[in-house]
Amino acid sequence: MVRRRLSRWAALGRTVLGRTVLGRALPGRVGRGRVGRGRVSALPVALVLAGMAGLSGLGGCGAGEPAAGDADAREVTVFAAASLTGAFTELGEAFEAAHPGTTVRFNFGSSATLAQQIVQGAPADVFAAASPATMKTVTDATAAGSPTTFARNRLRIAVPPDNPARVDELKDLADPKVKVALCAEQVPCGAAAVKALEAARLKVTPVTLEQDVKATLTKVQLGEVDAALVYETDVIAAAGKVTGIAFPEADLAVNDYPIATLAGAGDAARRFVDLVLSRQGGDVLAEAGFGSREPGREPG
Amino acid sequence: MLVVPAVAGLAFLVLPLAGLLIRAPWSTLPARLAEPHVLEALRLSLVSATVATACCLLLGVPLAWLLARVRFPGRRLVRALVTVPLVLPPVVGGVALLLVLGRRGLVGQWLESAFGVTLPFTTAGVVIAEMFVAMPFLVISVEGALRGADQRFEEAAATLGASRWTVFRRVTLPMVMPGVAAGAVLCWARALGEFGATITFAGNFPGTTRTMPLAVYLALETEPEAAIVLSLVLLAVSVVILAALRDRWVSTP
Repeated sequence: MVRRRLSRWAALGRTVLGRTVLGRALPGRVGRGRVGRGRVSALPVALVLAGMAGLSGLGGCGAGEPAAGDADAREVTVFAAASLTGAFTELGEAFEAAHPGTTVRFNFGSSATLAQQIVQGAPADVFAAASPATMKTVTDATAAGSPTTFARNRLRIAVPPDNPARVDELKDLADPKVKVALCAEQVPCGAAAVKALEAARLKVTPVTLEQDVKATLTKVQLGEVDAALVYETDVIAAAGKVTGIAFPEADLAVNDYPIATLAGAGDAARRFVDLVLSRQGGDVLAEAGFGSREPGREPG
Repeated sequence: MLVVPAVAGLAFLVLPLAGLLIRAPWSTLPARLAEPHVLEALRLSLVSATVATACCLLLGVPLAWLLARVRFPGRRLVRALVTVPLVLPPVVGGVALLLVLGRRGLVGQWLESAFGVTLPFTTAGVVIAEMFVAMPFLVISVEGALRGADQRFEEAAATLGASRWTVFRRVTLPMVMPGVAAGAVLCWARALGEFGATITFAGNFPGTTRTMPLAVYLALETEPEAAIVLSLVLLAVSVVILAALRDRWVSTP
């Protein structure tokens, strides 16, 4: 029975292969010799089944993995805005040193992307966003804790060190000869840029709307654009490669950074948030350029 | 027995597609499709992918011929280099293009001072980014066809007095046409879906450089439903075009 079915499959295989691939019949010997006699072992099937089992096993792991909910969770998964990369990496190391045996895993990215990932069920314990709007996406759709603002970031004009277009204030960006990169409006730095430009009643036509602040900054570093609006923290992180210019309208478009624990987060996650909100956390963030610095102060 | 893994493979490729179809917001679909920015992005995608494929044919077919027919030292190395864009992450490809063709790049600097041409942030930049990632598909496909073709026809034509160019045009090219067509289809499809090199090299601005994949990515940041709609549009258009072209080419090779 099985053998007959196999040989029928072999015949089917021959015709299908023959028609589509080569336009002529395959040598019959191949078909009869190997497949037709039913000598094919169950190995390929077993492999495929094992593979599928493995995959579904992995899927199961992924879904239930964050160990969230356990009071003694040994791992904290933090989704954080890309602009927090430097400061949070440092805080993560400090946290691990203070809580031996606990590891902090970070997923840095555009806040909007991270928010979508969390809403779609990504295993995260803590979310630190670059804007209240992206945090709201998460708190509206999931059972997250109430968010606390832990940092503020303001915009700067970033120009290449030699400042080829001689930009020194915001209204220079409206000059059509000046090539400007902005963040896309969908991401927080783009929303802040729109707000600042509106406050200054300026109409700027950028050459590109980048998908996140780091990509915008890269365009300045490579000298492809004459100016861009990025965060002060990014200017500090890229010290030497770009020059930051403060402008008064930046104060009207300050981005608040909220942080919240997410549904099912354990004690460790709450302790990490406490660290971020602590004086030590504030110092690390201030060093990276976050917080209420004097407007107009030039980063090194 | 090959059928089981074959079906598993098919399911693996088709299931995500089914996911898109099931999750698609069918009720708001017509309204979303009528939005001008969707058509704008679609038009830009189709035009730039087609122009990129045409340019790839102009440069890629001769390159494939060189690799398949001319013996020269370092040919293996050249062949390996041709496939570099296949393994290079497209974003890195985009940065590499900026370093060469950007405003301060090796060649770009000279282009700007001599001709006043800057490629980044223009539709031409989109075409170049797409060419960079898509050309290897064409070259590999055509080179394979050339190696499989019977060289005795070319030799016969040459002994009858045909010049190298005539042999290529009248004998070689018609013989490998199915390979060229298949390569062009692959190249076009790859160019149509290009994202990383485009957003890095050409930037992202509606109307000039925001192609469908870029629009999908940005929509995903805030409105996943809009992203699904855009993906479906891209998918439907490409399937229709590929199916139409394939039928034509298979019946008259």
